[in-house]
Amino acid sequence: MKFPYNEKVLEHFRRPHNVGKLENPDGKATEGSPACGDMVSVYIKVNPQSNIIEDIKFESYGCASNIATGSIITDMAKGKTLEEAKKITWQQATEALGGLPPIKAHCSVLAVEGLRAAIQNYEEKHGIIAEKVPTTIEIVNNRLKKVMNPLTGLDVVRTNLIKKIEIDNGKVLLTIDLPSNHQFAASIREEIKEKIETLWDVKEVIVDFIE
Amino acid sequence: MEKNVYLDNAAATRLDERVLEAMKKYYFEVYAVATSEFGYSLGIEAREALDESREFIAKNIGADFEEIVFTSGSTESSNTALKGVAMDLKEKKGKHIIVSKIEDFPVLNSAKSLERQGFEITYLDVDQYGLINLDQLEKSIRNDTVLVSIQHANQEIGTMQDISKISEICKNKDVLFHTDATHTFTRVPIDLKKIPADLVTLSAHTIHGPKETGALFIRKNTQISKWMDGGFQEFNKRAGLENIPGAVGFAKAIELVTPEENKNIQNMRNHLIKKVLGEIPDTTLNGHKEKRTPQNANITFHYVEGESITLHLDMRGFSVSTGSACFSKSLEASHVIMGIGGDHERAHGSVRFTFGRYNTMEDVESIVENISEVVSELRKISPLGKIHEEDKK
Repeated sequence: MKFPYNEKVLEHFRRPHNVGKLENPDGKATEGSPACGDMVSVYIKVNPQSNIIEDIKFESYGCASNIATGSIITDMAKGKTLEEAKKITWQQATEALGGLPPIKAHCSVLAVEGLRAAIQNYEEKHGIIAEKVPTTIEIVNNRLKKVMNPLTGLDVVRTNLIKKIEIDNGKVLLTIDLPSNHQFAASIREEIKEKIETLWDVKEVIVDFIE
Repeated sequence: MEKNVYLDNAAATRLDERVLEAMKKYYFEVYAVATSEFGYSLGIEAREALDESREFIAKNIGADFEEIVFTSGSTESSNTALKGVAMDLKEKKGKHIIVSKIEDFPVLNSAKSLERQGFEITYLDVDQYGLINLDQLEKSIRNDTVLVSIQHANQEIGTMQDISKISEICKNKDVLFHTDATHTFTRVPIDLKKIPADLVTLSAHTIHGPKETGALFIRKNTQISKWMDGGFQEFNKRAGLENIPGAVGFAKAIELVTPEENKNIQNMRNHLIKKVLGEIPDTTLNGHKEKRTPQNANITFHYVEGESITLHLDMRGFSVSTGSACFSKSLEASHVIMGIGGDHERAHGSVRFTFGRYNTMEDVESIVENISEVVSELRKISPLGKIHEEDKK
């Protein structure tokens, strides 16, 4: 038989680790991607002295790569400090899984975001969040690095799709180097909006295409 | 390898051995080009085989011999119908075409391609079952409308349009009507003596015939502009070397479909729908309860994602497909499920089961048992399922 994923991915998909919900979690988050419809929830228990993630669970309303990434990333985060866990990248998770099809990038990146968002949720609840800094082009650019170009599986910054970023009074204007009738235009727009709109001082995000 | 239960017959079917047997002669013995009646004997024999196949297919749908043009399948047939009519009538009549929103890609993307070339396309809405509104169709027809293309049955949800009424409306308004009958041909009888359709797409790949083999019915006196240049084959409507083994196999495949088989397929399909909806909670049938092809079932399993279901089933030896965005190369949710007013969630957990000659009642029993387990496992790890259960409490 020939399956669309490697044996390691299939193993995590068949018997995912750390599945379920934690009662009274210290941090939790749900991330969803309107582009493909997947959703993932992450729950963490944190030791307040050591800042170590003592327990972690996830739930997935998603496809195989979403479930497998949720499984591996919760394995990777367990026993790590919040700072260490925050630094786990999508690339590291994919490597640990022995690779994923590029087009599946954004289904799996969601699990990584779920982990980061759960940590952020913990930090906000416990007042560990850094002081509010005004949004800059650099901050926007960093967030855009999390938006995948499904054609290549690489982010939209690295694949030079971002033509222009303008910030004006809480309004973020972006121009994408793709025609508006491109097969992924709508999903890329949705993902960009999702990422940028959550910045505390952003009121509106406008995503334009070149034609 | 364990036994594979194949329930994706709308996508492709297993070739029937008897079809292959019939075709062999035209690969190994009578392999000549179909010559004119004054050609050499091998070519005359090839010509006769082609003619006989054409005659057989024509009779099956109430058409005349010269109304059947062999093609490389549904995609080519529908492209020829839409683009052939558009090019012929754009100067003479106008540049407006009507299609439904849920057409299969050969029709939908031909329409979009014509749109880019300056045609105006009306994409008709469908109701929650996938049926177009006949009044809306009638109102959409204008003086410059050159073609209406509405499928006989839908590729994903199996909903059957009333092509009898649709073709009457078009006839009364003096507009050409094309229908893609890929998913009804031989499974549902069609009589073109009674239904005044002008162009009909037919294919062998869904009825255990050879792949890349189809036909386009073109009613007498219907003009289409020939778009592929070459020789004068197929009444000068389709250039290219005739696929004689394909034509012979196509005719044989049609001959092998019996009313008993169609009844049997429908019984299996009905049993599957009844069992799934009865035994697995939070499931919805997509499409129409009665107005659907006998071989199609399409069900949404709420709170879980389709690719996860199909991959689990694949690992257990079942082949089915889903309308989930995660399953498609374009990462777009099914335009059919979205078209019937479904949301992403409905498409996300939708699974299509399509039956064919080689399925059995045991297949139904075993897939229902397996899908029940798979869905229940996936719901355990889904955040949505739990939210829902908490609501119930």
